[in-house]
Amino acid sequence: MKTALLILLLAAAALAQTTAGSTDNGKRLFLRNGCYQCHGYAGQGGLNGVRLAQTKLPLVAFTAIVRNPPSSNMPPFRAKVMSDQELADVYAYIKTFPEPTPVKDIPLLNQ
Amino acid sequence: MPDSKKTAVDRRRFLRGAVTGAAALAAQATTAKAQEPVAPAAEKAVKSASESAPAFERPGSDFMVDVIKTLDIEYCAANPGTSFRGLHESVINYGGNTMPEFLTCLHEESSVAMAHGYAKIEGKPMMVMAHGTVGLQHASMAIYNAYADRVPLIVMLGNILDINYRRGSADWYHSVQDAAAMVRDYIKWDDTPVTLAHFAESTVRAYNIAMTPPFEPVVIVADGVLQEEPIREKNLRIPKLVVSAPPRGDSGAVAEAAKLLVDAENPVIVAGRLARTPHGIELLTELAETLQAGVRDQRLRMNFPSHHPLNIPAVGDPITPSLGDADVVLGLEAQELWSLTHKMTGLNKYGMEVTPTIRPGTKLISISAIELNHKSNYQDFGRYVEVDLNITGDAEATLPELIDAVKRLITADRKRAFEQRGMKIADANRKLHDRNRELAAVAWDASPVSTARLAAEVWNQIKNEDWSLVSNDRYPSYWNTRLWNFTKPYHYIGAQGAAGIGYGAPAAVGAALANRKHGRLTVNIQPDGDMNYAPGVLWTAAHHKIPLLTIMHNNRAYHQERMYIQMMAAKHDRGVERADIGTSFKDPFINYAMMAKTYGMYGDGPISDPKDLAPALRRAIEVVKKGEPALIDVVTQPR
Repeated sequence: MKTALLILLLAAAALAQTTAGSTDNGKRLFLRNGCYQCHGYAGQGGLNGVRLAQTKLPLVAFTAIVRNPPSSNMPPFRAKVMSDQELADVYAYIKTFPEPTPVKDIPLLNQ
Repeated sequence: MPDSKKTAVDRRRFLRGAVTGAAALAAQATTAKAQEPVAPAAEKAVKSASESAPAFERPGSDFMVDVIKTLDIEYCAANPGTSFRGLHESVINYGGNTMPEFLTCLHEESSVAMAHGYAKIEGKPMMVMAHGTVGLQHASMAIYNAYADRVPLIVMLGNILDINYRRGSADWYHSVQDAAAMVRDYIKWDDTPVTLAHFAESTVRAYNIAMTPPFEPVVIVADGVLQEEPIREKNLRIPKLVVSAPPRGDSGAVAEAAKLLVDAENPVIVAGRLARTPHGIELLTELAETLQAGVRDQRLRMNFPSHHPLNIPAVGDPITPSLGDADVVLGLEAQELWSLTHKMTGLNKYGMEVTPTIRPGTKLISISAIELNHKSNYQDFGRYVEVDLNITGDAEATLPELIDAVKRLITADRKRAFEQRGMKIADANRKLHDRNRELAAVAWDASPVSTARLAAEVWNQIKNEDWSLVSNDRYPSYWNTRLWNFTKPYHYIGAQGAAGIGYGAPAAVGAALANRKHGRLTVNIQPDGDMNYAPGVLWTAAHHKIPLLTIMHNNRAYHQERMYIQMMAAKHDRGVERADIGTSFKDPFINYAMMAKTYGMYGDGPISDPKDLAPALRRAIEVVKKGEPALIDVVTQPR
């Protein structure tokens, strides 16, 4: 609960924040640091990690979660492992994931 | 065991036809001095080997086959072993290689896992043969899986107990004083018969024990001497098999459970290894509909139709569903009740943190037969749970009485409340199904192929067939469970039991074998890590013409462990980029299509572009429909 509140406060404070990350470096880090292992190469999520694609979180909230994950399955990635700038780069890369095709336009999901 | 004097004579007669040379004859003559009757050495010396061959006498292994044939056992899976060569020969010649038919396997772990998968489709045991030493050592992990998954199978071990019959160093290495000791912690019963009459009685007894819930593996040691020596015992008979009625829960406790369920505002049913027969689905459906209670299927058996309005779809892991909204939880052969009702931190940051996942005051009812078979050493029983009502008995066998008791207690008022509850659950479930489809659309066109896309593409090809999914749906994030319409008992068979890897490929072959005579299209979505434990089972599938569609879930890693190594590295502030070491399959990648072809079956791939998947599936299904196994290598997203 406290974590959720903290995230909300951080999110509110950072609404106007812009991302200054490098998408190229973010992609490299996303792969090198194994973010895809739980969240998928396209950030789609799965049994072991939440969906990252189309995240509504601002960078500061994203960073807060990575530093102190609410899920017991995710380890904390401290600055020694991924700096704030590196997290900003990963965040920038995540924001490039395209919007999914609407379900109504995918026949196999309407069978 | 035959008396030593008699067996020594029998052994000498057996050798007489096979051994030539003065040294051998001298040794025999020395032995023969004390044992009558014997043929004069001079007479033996002038006879040729063919002239001195003894008249054919039925070996004990023929009688063993007679016993096995009374048990309606269709198959015997094994790779050959000297210690059971007599029984092997009797199965294929005396027994006509039918009931049981010998299945040529390439690893004992595969033999057992094949029997494991077969039993979960067919509902009865297959026989496995193995050396009592080295073969059983190979087989032991798979036996533990079957034990933890409560699956019946008959393991027949070869061994030579009498030192007088051990022919050389290999026989000594392959002999053991107490063969079953190695696995006794995770089987239900074993015996080492010393006569053929004893073998008959113990084998029939073993079958009955294996097939009395909780189902479990059993072991019979088929002594090598009993197998190979002629039948000497008089008036041999085979006892009639009597299959025991399953244990049912206490009637008073069942009535109390019914009252709790009828009075509850939001009861939730958690089904674990409930449905051990096709009737299990019908019974659970009747109970859920009578109560209009939501069902959370742990996906350890095919317990409940996946698209039933009362089936609460999996959002997270079905093994540990959310129960926070329940005021009464009914566990039916539920796996690890403690983990159902508690959550522990996964990372052990500052000691283990434990929080309950049910509301204070929630009543917990358990119906399970597992307490009838608790062992001490292996800890599969889980943590002690403070349940409010613990009913020891087979859940499927207990359900009819529980349903009747519930029906007797329902008033008109409760019925109206139930109907309203059922509508709310159905409405919530529709939204969850819609949510799952939306999640499946994310990464729809990604390469490697997403597990959701894979599930949808396969479903599109098989939905109008009589299909059977025989792989653990956990690894592809339960996307098949979320998108397919599971209704029939053979539509799903659960997982490996003890989470022992190496189960998937052979269990799928065994399940496909059971499905073959029913003409079903068997589908195995096969993790790559599991495949590499004993891929020779692909040859067994090709050799025995077992139709099976294997689709590789090729994430090129022991992926679960890769995530754990990453978790440890991050926790220790050491960077996570080296988590691939020891966990991934790269440099080089493994080509599973080529592997399949090498083992003599159809192979296609690797496929990384989802657009190539549908045509590949069509081609492979054509092969399978012709009665052959086929494999498609699909390079996938991790989970």
